[in-house]
Amino acid sequence: MRRHRGLYLSAEILTPVLVVVVILLATNAGKTFFLPPLQNVFVAFGENWLFARIPVDVLPSLARLAVGYLIAVVLGIGFGVLLGRSRGARRQATPIVEFLRAVPPPALLPFTLVALGIGDGAKIFLIALVCIWPILLNTIDGITGIEPTLRETGASYRIPGAARLFRIELPAASPQIFAGLRASMPLAIIIMVVSEMMGATNGIGFFIVQSQRSFAIADMWSGIILLGILGYLLNLLLTLLERWVLAWHRRSHAIAR
Amino acid sequence: MPQRTLALAGGGTHSPARRALQSTWHGISSLGGTVAVLLVFEILGRTGVLPARFLPPPSEVIVTLVQLLAGGEAWAAIGLTLLGWALGLGIAIVIAVPVGTLLGTSEFAFRATRAIVEFLRPVPSVALIPLAYLIFKPGTIDGKVFLAAFAAIWPLLVQTIYGVRSINPLQLDTARSFQIPRWSAFARVVVPGSVPYLATGVRISSSVALILAVTGEIIMGAPGVGMQINLASQGGAVPEMYAYVVISGALGLGLNLMFAALERRVLHWHASQRGVRP
Amino acid sequence: MLTLTNVSKRYGDEQTGTLAVRDLTFEIGGGQIVTIVGPSGCGKTTVLKLMAGLLEPTTGTVTVDDVEVRRPPEQIALVFQDYGNSLYPWMRVGENVEFPLRHRLGSKAERRERVDAALGSVGLAGLGDKYPWQLSGGMQQRVAIARGLAYQPQILLMDEPFGALDAQTRADLEDLVLQVRERFDITVVFVTHDIDESVYLADRVLVMGPRPTFIDADLVVELPSPRDQIETKALAEFSRVRGEVYRRIRASSELMRTGSVAVA
Repeated sequence: MRRHRGLYLSAEILTPVLVVVVILLATNAGKTFFLPPLQNVFVAFGENWLFARIPVDVLPSLARLAVGYLIAVVLGIGFGVLLGRSRGARRQATPIVEFLRAVPPPALLPFTLVALGIGDGAKIFLIALVCIWPILLNTIDGITGIEPTLRETGASYRIPGAARLFRIELPAASPQIFAGLRASMPLAIIIMVVSEMMGATNGIGFFIVQSQRSFAIADMWSGIILLGILGYLLNLLLTLLERWVLAWHRRSHAIAR
Repeated sequence: MPQRTLALAGGGTHSPARRALQSTWHGISSLGGTVAVLLVFEILGRTGVLPARFLPPPSEVIVTLVQLLAGGEAWAAIGLTLLGWALGLGIAIVIAVPVGTLLGTSEFAFRATRAIVEFLRPVPSVALIPLAYLIFKPGTIDGKVFLAAFAAIWPLLVQTIYGVRSINPLQLDTARSFQIPRWSAFARVVVPGSVPYLATGVRISSSVALILAVTGEIIMGAPGVGMQINLASQGGAVPEMYAYVVISGALGLGLNLMFAALERRVLHWHASQRGVRP
Repeated sequence: MLTLTNVSKRYGDEQTGTLAVRDLTFEIGGGQIVTIVGPSGCGKTTVLKLMAGLLEPTTGTVTVDDVEVRRPPEQIALVFQDYGNSLYPWMRVGENVEFPLRHRLGSKAERRERVDAALGSVGLAGLGDKYPWQLSGGMQQRVAIARGLAYQPQILLMDEPFGALDAQTRADLEDLVLQVRERFDITVVFVTHDIDESVYLADRVLVMGPRPTFIDADLVVELPSPRDQIETKALAEFSRVRGEVYRRIRASSELMRTGSVAVA
């Protein structure tokens, strides 16, 4: 396998380069108006996102995303713990929760637009509403999945309620909770983008739609690329956070193997 | 010397009939909470505490729902949504499974394309909506199929790659040592081994495809449940809008249950994998 | 002083539940080491959990110092068999040992002292900054014992604590239990399925009967102190008690396997 290493590495670097070159040539040669020459897109990207429009569009988008997501995190974990602890409550809540999470998120979009307008509040509300389910469900799984011995140890040493929650239950459930956080992130981005496309005065989604309507296609593509980068960075952020918080989990499992 | 007899553990003195009754009660009682919540909303709506234009009483929504279903208008929309979903999922399967298999088996292909996949994956498919506007005629099914397919490809691709790569090389070596030809080993070792992952992938992709299909309908005006929601909302027919939201939820739930059942059947022999609940 | 009076335990309801414990009445106290031994699956762990206040008896009472036990009482500390899930992997060793103390002792300095002393007495001095999973199984179980000791209980309940460890480690830890009892003068209740272990450690052996369990025999062990893995086990008295225990357990196991019907 050793001799393949160099081959793999060069493939890994060269193929994207090759692809970019091909796209460059193809978009310059063919004249489809929705695929502008690649260099124009790069130029547009530089003009827009480095760094002129960041305060105008990127920050508002990120702010809505952050607030909506955080609300979902707090409520999702909070209710997740409550439901995780009580089998009765879980049984009652299951039909409602299962149904609500099956509703495709954009289904509520027209309504919130009409009911709550196009302000930030509406978008934040919708982001929170959609993102709460994976977090809630994974928190429930995390709490119910706690090893009985772990619980019994806490009970036998009479650990009081608050300490039990914050120093035993939440840490024990945290790997599963993080899985939920990771699953919610792409949803948050989707809702943010879609809500901005349907009704907003600023934001990345708004920018993309505006560009499309005014046929500034290179700008439109620059926005799409930005969203991809954003999605990647947010996911990376979350992964790094998870690695830091769950270092004990990774290492303890590695050793146990 | 104490009694050296043994008591039978507990002993079931219950008849099957009684047990059946108990489990039915069990099932019904878990709906209790739901019924209570609906009742609360009913009262809040009727007494005017909750403005009806935001949240009509559930009974109105239910009545409207029944009317729509009985009258037949809802079915056309449902059919169109499902059509878009099916096409999107189908295209995703046709593309993701072969490509995923290739990337899973060939280390070279995997490494070569890794950067590209990692770059394209985080792009939210909804970002392509304006692009779809440009490419496809508005109001047709093509745009939403494009979106649904694009979005559904990724989870399936990732799962297929995982599935193929999860095959223990030892199993393949064993086949090889028995002189089993590669294509046969592929069919009999790789395929069955990766099917559980594929099943999970299809389930996730299915739900993604549905979401994008509905999104496409809402935003791009393609006919279907999503468009009905939009029309109802804009026309102020709030109970009707909620009725369609319920329908979309039911579709989501139904498809999910169907694929989950499929997944269970396929997975029943496989070591159960604890995973993320999407 | 831990007292059980006519304790029984049934899981589930009257009709369909399983009777796990039939009738227990005994007293434990005064710095004794009492071992509880019985055939596999007879319900030893249930008995321990009843004593620890983790389970409520269906009938009868469990009292500690004449106060009825409804939840885990202050005077008792537990050491579980599954140390992997009993020690918290997200806390360091020192933090694990300190954790139960946070709500009993005021100052950080006091707690620190106790933690250090406890770790020292189990031979783990200086390892407070490590994570449990960085230590071997035997050492992890020592941490669990240290945690119990730092708590300064009257009674230490141990549920097959060395079952998951190899023979050599087990021997070392058995001697540790004896030392700990000497040093701190606590009462130890030790559940095990290892017959040799049960006799080696004990001042008193409670042999449990088959399910639903009861006390088949309450044997006083008159072996000299301090005990030694080689010397003590070579004594005639050791063989005698061991034989007695083994005989009873073998008969009970037989009964559990073949079974016979009686009124529940």
